[in-house]
Formats: sequence, structure tokens, C-alpha cells
Amino acid sequence: MSPDPSPARLHVVTGKGGTGKTTVAAALALALAADGGSVLLVETEGRQGIAQLFDTPPLPYQERRVAVARGGGEVKALAMDVEEALLDYLDMFYNLRRAGRALRKMGAIDFATAIAPGLRDVLITGKIKEAVTRRHDGRQVYDAVVVDAPPTGRITRFLGVTAEMSQLARSGPIKTQSDGVMAVLRSPQTAVHLVTLLEDMPVQETTDAIAELTKAELPIGSVIVNMAAEPVLPVDGMTRAAEGLLTGSELLPALAAAHLNDAATIAEALVCEVTEHARRWAAQDALRDEVEALGRPTVELPLLPGPMDVGSLFELAGRLEDHLRSRVAA
Amino acid sequence: MATRSEDIEPQPRAARPAARPGPLAPPMELAELINDRETRIIVCCGSGGVGKTTTSAALALAAAEAGRTVVVLTIDPARRLAQSLGLVELDNEPRRVHIPNSSATGAEGELHAMMLDMKRTFDDVVAAHSTPERAEAILENPFYQSLSSSFSGTQEYMAMEKLGQLRASDQWDLIIVDTPPSRSALDFLDAPNRMSRFLDGTMIRLLTGGGRAGLKFASAGFMFFSRIISKILGGQLLRDISAFVAALDTMFGGFRERATATYELLRRPGTWFVVVASPEPDALREASYFVDRLSAEGMPLAGLVLNRTHPPATTALSATRAEGAAEEVAESGVEGAEVAAAALRVHADRMVVAAREQHLADRFTSAHPEVAVRTVPAAAGDVHDLDGLRVMAGELTAPDADTPTGTPRTRVLPARRG
Repeated sequence: MSPDPSPARLHVVTGKGGTGKTTVAAALALALAADGGSVLLVETEGRQGIAQLFDTPPLPYQERRVAVARGGGEVKALAMDVEEALLDYLDMFYNLRRAGRALRKMGAIDFATAIAPGLRDVLITGKIKEAVTRRHDGRQVYDAVVVDAPPTGRITRFLGVTAEMSQLARSGPIKTQSDGVMAVLRSPQTAVHLVTLLEDMPVQETTDAIAELTKAELPIGSVIVNMAAEPVLPVDGMTRAAEGLLTGSELLPALAAAHLNDAATIAEALVCEVTEHARRWAAQDALRDEVEALGRPTVELPLLPGPMDVGSLFELAGRLEDHLRSRVAA
Repeated sequence: MATRSEDIEPQPRAARPAARPGPLAPPMELAELINDRETRIIVCCGSGGVGKTTTSAALALAAAEAGRTVVVLTIDPARRLAQSLGLVELDNEPRRVHIPNSSATGAEGELHAMMLDMKRTFDDVVAAHSTPERAEAILENPFYQSLSSSFSGTQEYMAMEKLGQLRASDQWDLIIVDTPPSRSALDFLDAPNRMSRFLDGTMIRLLTGGGRAGLKFASAGFMFFSRIISKILGGQLLRDISAFVAALDTMFGGFRERATATYELLRRPGTWFVVVASPEPDALREASYFVDRLSAEGMPLAGLVLNRTHPPATTALSATRAEGAAEEVAESGVEGAEVAAAALRVHADRMVVAAREQHLADRFTSAHPEVAVRTVPAAAGDVHDLDGLRVMAGELTAPDADTPTGTPRTRVLPARRG
């Protein structure tokens, strides 16, 4: 029915702290903007991580262009601000913007967002829904919205505000609003992607989050394995090295070609580093089965040695683009 | 045609982080800190995903093996680590951890571990401070149920509450606290206060008409505010809050007193903060904020643990030269060239990673030259058993200069022109 090849338009990116979900969200936005897409990238946690990735000044509560992609695509970014979102909300539903400003002076808005667990999340997801459904001249303004969402530990609560809200506020405008948001979040146009590392805790949290999201009827997208060590040797060589069987004297004859000073010492050091690299790879490889057992489409992004900059973002975006294409083809 | 290695001297640009002599961070001697009987509380803080829990557990193990009677309060340990600490059940009480092949030193330390159950801790506080009937009314209130399990700050507040309880029991001579995986490291200091301010309820009373005389004097502004809040939140929620406040009446003041007491505890001599960060810009920025904040609050900082660094096994071969050597070896086509070239590339990458990590550490030290630093190399796999913790404990407590490459443990790469 839809001319859009990929049904998901709202991409929610979550992951355990430290897995690089902001980087992945940014790379995904670039991937979706390639070939002329218009994409909004939303930061929800107020850390200004997106501005730093794209090397721009801190983002205001305004949609601002941070990158262009090939074929005239563009990525705009928005840093969520709960107070501003509440003012928007008061204005939208009650025409109360001026009163809202007075309330802010009294510190009352800070209080209101602190008092009601979930009000924060209602406001943020409300703004996200508005961006997803926004139309101009009968056309959708954004082809895709990518959300750098709260970590896996909070994601189901963040997205599933309705359950909590309908317990607390059984009636009233908040309930109406959150029900509308849930309709979008639970529809096939949403995909919650989980970023993980090949380490115990992130994989475990990803498993838990998938169970929770499924229970909350939220649509799950892909599992994105970030910072994966890539094997530098054929698999049997890696296994041998991981078992500690590689020796310095094995490397020495070939190293002679490079005319290094004190090659023997360097050979021993190289063995240490290769062994460690191989052990890290083996430890990660052991977790691949667990990730596969999750039964979700999976894509791996490599660990890049240099600092993360816009160039590296495009490199990661390329890998994600391939993944998105293979998803559409599937 | 292969280039001679002399021609591939490191480019000034590639060597930049190490070549510019910045301020040198003072070494952090954690062994002294945990051996000192005056040290009673160590708080490990930092942003999420930097290894706070593992650091806390490793320090606790080191302290127990040095003869201290230690309890480590963990917030959210990985399942396998929790299991190896005997934390199978989340019962909110410390459990003795059996340490096999413990120290040959013969010191008789003990390691206890517990996992925080924030709802249970909150329930206990309520039960301890009101009559059984009132406690029941509070525990059943939907607003309380939501507050005790999801209010941002509950976990931080309850961690502090539990710390106060553990300290008051005088059963342990050292308490090590892991802090909640907050959005920002600062939440840990701010949230308890915000929560107690909220529970103290002046604002709530004004809002809900909690039936106290003070409300009669509520200003027109507040009445207006109350109407708007009611509009936003819905009437039901306000009625629940109102009932909650009425039931909680006897406890008001208690919350603030307790939060203040714990806050003071953190400033007393014998308490030390250890800030944990990974060598990533975000984590170090958070660590920076936290260091500034601790200093503003007059809280004692032991130093920065820079966790999961990648020091190379030799620093005698730069990244650029290793790349060049890899090409030469590969082109030579001799037997074993493939493995040797791959090993040289692993080293080149490792040098680039280490240079980036050192550069980030240098930036931190430029801003905070007085803060002691200890780097802890990344383990090849996850740390999920006592042996893994013992290795990490060794990295945390070994003397600064005692390393295989001679690079001091304050650094990832050696300083040029010392």
C-alpha cells in the first residue's frame, strides 16, 4: 500500500549506557537520509551528545540542520527540553503559553515534571509523535524520525507511559494525550532498535528489554551490535592465538623483513597484543550465539580505532544502509 | 619498493597527544586508602556503563583480602557477577561472600555483598516511621506505589538511606557504595535532596489542600497554579497524592532530616569518593562535572579511575612505523608473513587507540591537575567471577610504577620528555 519501501518511520534507538546508542542513532539518521530523505534526529536525555558528534554548537529546542547526505538528503536535530515541551503542550491544548511562562518563573514546571512520574516521558513522546505525524501541504514533513532514547533499563517505561498514566490519571487530558501517542508507538510505523556490545551485561539487558517491550506490545526492530572486534587472522589463527599458542619466535623470521631494532622484544610484545586481541574476539564470539538466539535481524558495526567524527559516522551509516536494504529485500 | 624504517619516523601529527608535555596527574594509591582504618566509606560514582559496579566489587575484595570487614552495596550488578558474589536473591540484606584461596597474608578480612532493593528499602522506612495502620494506608496508595518504584531519584535516595543504615549498624569497618546508573552522574548528589524536598511536602500541601491551616493562606498565585496542575495531571492523581500526603503526615520532616544526615555523613572524614570513567569523551565530561561538584560541596575525592584503557605491550614501535613494517613484512612474502603483518597491524591500531585515550586523559588532567589518576586496562572478556575481580583489584591497588612496560599506572602511554 505505502509507496515507502520500509514501513518503519519512527526509529527508537536504545541500549545500555556505554554501548554508543547516540552514535548509532546519528549514523542511522544519516543512513535514512541517504538518497534524499528528510530525517529528524531527536535527543531525549539532554546531554548534547548529538551536537558533539556533528561538531556543531549545542542544539536548542528547535529543529536545526546538522548534516546533509547524498542525493539532497538532510538530517535535522532537536534536543528535547522538558520545560519547553510543557509550554508547547500548555499552548497547544489550553492556549496557556503566557501563564506557562509565569509558572516557570515560580519553579512550578520543574516541580510538576518531578511530581508526576512519567509526565516528562509523556511530554517527550508527545513531541516525538507530533514530529512523526506532522504534515505540510498534505505531505509528511519527515520521511523518518530517529530517537536517541533513554537506556534499555528505562525504555519500556519511557515508551509505555500509557500504562502508568492510566493508573495514575484515569481521566483527564494526559490520558487522552498518552493514548494518542501509544497508538503511534504500537503501530508498525515504529521500530525499537537495541544497541548492544558483545559483552555479558549489555546482551543480558538487551534480552530483558526485548522481553519487556514484547510484553508492552511495542514493535521491536533490529539488534545493532556496536564496536565489534573484527578478526585480524583467519579463524583457526585467532583460535590458536586465543589459546596462547602463538610465540615470539614464530613471528621473528617474518619481522626481519621490516628491519626493526630489538625485534625479539617487539615480537614478544606483539604476541601479548595479538593474544589479548584474539581473547577479546573469542569472548565476543561466544556471545554471538546469544545475540542470534534473540531472533531479531542483526547488524554489526566495527570498533573504529580513531576518534569518532563525522567521517566515522558516515562509515557506520554505510553499514546501516546495507542492513536497511537487506531488511527491505527480506 | 619497501621503505627503510628510518624513513618512517612518526609524523608530528600522529604523535601529537603524547608529544605535547601536559601536566602530569598525581598517582592514586588506592592500596593505602583501603588499608587505612580511618577510611570508613568509599563511594564509586560516574556515568552509566563505565564499570562502577565492577570497580566497587574489586575494591571491596581487595579490602577484604587486606583484612578489612567490608560490605559492598551494589545497585545493579550483572547477573553473573551477582551470582559469583552469592547474590542470587535480591533480599536487601548483606550476605557474606566466601572467598576461596584467599590471601596468603593470613589477614582475617570479611567480604559481604548486597544488592539494593529500592522499593523494599522505601517500605521499611515507611514502616519504621509510622503506625501499622498508617503504614498500610501508605503502602497501598497508588501514588506511593508509583513513587517508590519509579520516581526519578528514588533509587539514589534509597541508596543513601541504605548507606546510612549500614553505617549506623557499625557491623562493618568499611562500606563501599556503587551508585545508581543515573542519566547524569550528578543525579546521585541532587536526587536525594530533591526527593526529600518533595516529600517534605510544602508544595504538595499547597497544591492538594492537605487540610492544614497553612493552606488557608495560600496565595492566589498558588491557587491558580493548583488549578493548572490539576488540569494537566487529572483530578484522580491529585486525589491520590492528597491521600498520600495525609497518611504521610507524621513522617514529614523525617525525610529531610535523614537526607541531611546522610549528606553530612558523606562530608565527614573517613569518606572518600572515587570517580570512575571510561576513556570516552562523554564519560570524562561527566567525571569532570562530578569532580567540580565534589570540590564545591567540600567532599573528599580520592581520584579518577580511568577504566578499560588499552595500553600497548610495547611503546618502542609507533603506530606509523608499525603500519610501515606491516607493509614491508606483507610484501616480503616469507613464511609467516601473514601472521606477523597482522600482529603489526594489531599493534598499530592499539597505538592509535592508546594515543586517543591518553589525549582524553590529558585533557581531563589539564582541567583538573590536582586529581590523582589510576588507569585500569580492559580485561579481554567480562569480569564475572572472583578471579576476574582479583585481577582488577590488582590493577587498582598495585604501586603506580610497577608495570611491565614501565609506563606508570597514571598513564596509558609514557610522557615524553618527563
